[in-house]
Amino acid sequence: MTEVLDQTPQAQAAPPKTGWRRWLLGPGFVRAAWMAPLFFGIGFLIVIGLRSIAHYEPLLNWLIVVTVAGLVTAPLGFLAGIGAFDYWVYYALGYPTRPEDHSGHGARSWKDYFRVNTDHKVIGVQYVVTTIFFFLAGGLMAMIFRAELAKPGMQFLDNQEYNGLISVHASLMIFLFVIPAFAGLANFVIPLMIGAPDMAFPRLNALSFWLLPIAGIIMLSSLAVPGGAFGAGWTGYAPLSVVGTNGNVWFNMGVQWAGASSIMTALNFLVTIITMRAPGMTFWRMPLLVWANFTTSLLVVLATPFIAGSQFFVMFDRLIKTNFFNFHESGYVLGYQHIFWFYSHPAVYIMMLPGFGIASEVISVFSRKPIFGYRLMALSLCAILVLGFSVWAHHMFVSGMANWLRVPMMVTTLLIAVPTGIKVFSWLATTWEGRIHLATPMLFALGFVSMFVIGGLSGIMLGAVPIDIHVSDTYFVVAHIHYVLLGGSLFTIFAGIYYWFPKMTGRMYNERLGKLHFWLTFIGFNLTFFPMHIIGVQGMPRRVSDYDPQFGTWNMIISISSFFLGASFIVFLYNAITSWIRGPLAGANPWHAMTLEWQVSSPPPIFNFDEIPQIVGGPYEYGVPGARHAVFNGAREHELEEARSP
Amino acid sequence: MRRGAIVRVVVIALLAAGAATAVALFIPWLPPVQSKEGERIDFVFWVVVAICIAVFAVVAAVTLYSVITFRVRPDDDSDGPPVHGHTGLEITWTAIPAVLVTIIAVLSAVALAENGDLKSNRLKVDVTARQFAWSFKYPQYGGFETTELRLEENRQVELNLRALDVIHSFWVPEFRQKQDAVPGIVTHLPITPTKVGTDTLICTELCGLGHALMRAKVIVMRPADFEQWARAQQRKGAQAGAG
Repeated sequence: MTEVLDQTPQAQAAPPKTGWRRWLLGPGFVRAAWMAPLFFGIGFLIVIGLRSIAHYEPLLNWLIVVTVAGLVTAPLGFLAGIGAFDYWVYYALGYPTRPEDHSGHGARSWKDYFRVNTDHKVIGVQYVVTTIFFFLAGGLMAMIFRAELAKPGMQFLDNQEYNGLISVHASLMIFLFVIPAFAGLANFVIPLMIGAPDMAFPRLNALSFWLLPIAGIIMLSSLAVPGGAFGAGWTGYAPLSVVGTNGNVWFNMGVQWAGASSIMTALNFLVTIITMRAPGMTFWRMPLLVWANFTTSLLVVLATPFIAGSQFFVMFDRLIKTNFFNFHESGYVLGYQHIFWFYSHPAVYIMMLPGFGIASEVISVFSRKPIFGYRLMALSLCAILVLGFSVWAHHMFVSGMANWLRVPMMVTTLLIAVPTGIKVFSWLATTWEGRIHLATPMLFALGFVSMFVIGGLSGIMLGAVPIDIHVSDTYFVVAHIHYVLLGGSLFTIFAGIYYWFPKMTGRMYNERLGKLHFWLTFIGFNLTFFPMHIIGVQGMPRRVSDYDPQFGTWNMIISISSFFLGASFIVFLYNAITSWIRGPLAGANPWHAMTLEWQVSSPPPIFNFDEIPQIVGGPYEYGVPGARHAVFNGAREHELEEARSP
Repeated sequence: MRRGAIVRVVVIALLAAGAATAVALFIPWLPPVQSKEGERIDFVFWVVVAICIAVFAVVAAVTLYSVITFRVRPDDDSDGPPVHGHTGLEITWTAIPAVLVTIIAVLSAVALAENGDLKSNRLKVDVTARQFAWSFKYPQYGGFETTELRLEENRQVELNLRALDVIHSFWVPEFRQKQDAVPGIVTHLPITPTKVGTDTLICTELCGLGHALMRAKVIVMRPADFEQWARAQQRKGAQAGAG
């Protein structure tokens, strides 16, 4: 690549512009501030132009204008403004480009985190911080509706506000927190773990991050839409999502941006993992986190287009009067659920497999033992990947779909318990006779194993059709998803954040505050969500703003516990912020881990490795005398060996 | 040493199982069951709960035992024994869950098939759901319509559900049975009430602003009372039609 640059000296970037021109025209938030309105105007003209050509009345339909100009073209203008497309546009228009221009790569000051940056480590931190912001927003919404639910009867919300809050809460947590938080952690760690200088497509990587704030702001801003936010739940079942408030369009489009971001990242991971592993890093020497993100990315690439499709159908039914789900015109209402769950069930594993990977890393390192049954652990990820596509209709046992589908879908659903069980038992066997260090990441990882087992067992109950018929759409399901997504995903995300905090920031977090955070979260979580199993089985449906007074006591307990759980997060924020600013320096490898990311400085050099590592063994060879995962002067050692041999 | 460890794990597992069983038994989980279908569902429920308690106890015991026994001081730099796996163990914990889920699947499939059986003498009721109300039609009794669902004790009813606007869902917790009412198609739900009394029908599919309060009264009557009520309604309907 450098040769190209040398042979074409004229291929330099445009001569540096002076003062105000660079301020106004250079990539950044200033350019975004005028390009977003400009693109809004372009979208506006497209709509008005097409409607006037077609003689549509009225000419100015604000819902359509806002959908096209506000939710499609203005975000594109924003992206163009901050410079997400600059390189590609220069290239496409034949302007000189510099493939080896690294001015947009790496963080030299805090400002570099607030612009388009092609360094996977910067992008990883951008992801994690952004997703924690949306996690905070979603959590605050939960606090509001838990306050409403503390007593039977309506307290201070109306039904539309309530439905909007639960829907936006779930959408933010799923699409703007759990899925991208895992993507962010993986973004930081994966290239380091496989010994690569960066992701395969750094510019695509930057773009996929910047789509996220757009998706999140669209979902949040739906709360301000006249008529109210989308209120059909995060599942957005048609026809309610078609005939409900206009806020539903914000959900339809928010999902598109978040989904596009997911797909781009997943493609990037796949190409990176397949093609950029360091010499000697065979598939059977990859850390399990890499395996986990490999399988997750396959799920994302194959499944996400389905939810994109389902949301377009719903939006078209509302805006351009198609009849996908309009039963008056022989639309097929259940079709929505089939398409939606064909994504959203695999999405459950998209939200879980990366957590499995993090748990494997943490449990092995903090038990000082090799992961038990490494190959079976990797293979069970693949089994979950395959089975995950054959179970979607277990969300529809009472939906009125073809009756014969129920038993086969139950069998595949229950079968997933087998590979999942293998993973749980293997983690436990890894801890057996280990040298267990109960540092914060390990606490969260073990908390995850125990809580995820409860979520998995309630999943078995939900998988058995007769039980599901009783508890479907009740608080039992609410309890189940929170044990899986909070006890499962959130706990592993925290395990990952604490585990890689020294690597990301170069500084150590406060261990005592970390432990305090874990115990407050663990206790608050169980007090909040375990009782939901009980009221669900007893007969309280989900997604209700008001309920039978017999559930009053339990709901009061749940609400108080949920405030406690919410408050526990303040400890984390305080710890993270103060430690990032003035925590003690961490050193390269505070956990004495073997995987590659710990063999470089904290934070790592801008291109990760000063020399390409040579992989010579498995990633978890703790306790094996003389075992190494990688050698750094591999090339030189090789030469020396050759020189020595006659 | 190893035998001692196993004994201790088993003791913790029994304690954990005991605690979980107490939670299962002393908290009133399922509301009183009032239908034949519900009795089968409850049977599956408790079998699966028992299996879940066993699995939970094993996991909890091993986790607790490991954390208590194998925990070391932070400054301990030693590594654990380099055990990479154990084929026998791995086969065991693949096979046992496979057997357990097979048992659950078979039990569930049998219960599901039995609950789907339609009797020839069944009562038929056409249920209509709309935002945010239920109505019930009795085609075998001249097609009169009510807003509360009256059923006959020990006689199976086949509900034929329709929805006029969005998806709703029919659920009476005491009957256990649940079925969505979907616009554009007719769905079916058999129920055999076993106890005279009054219950509440709850909509369980988010259907809009009035979802939380979309309820209706369900009254199960003795056969003679039901017949009398139904005939009276039928006559009233006929008179209204004639007048």
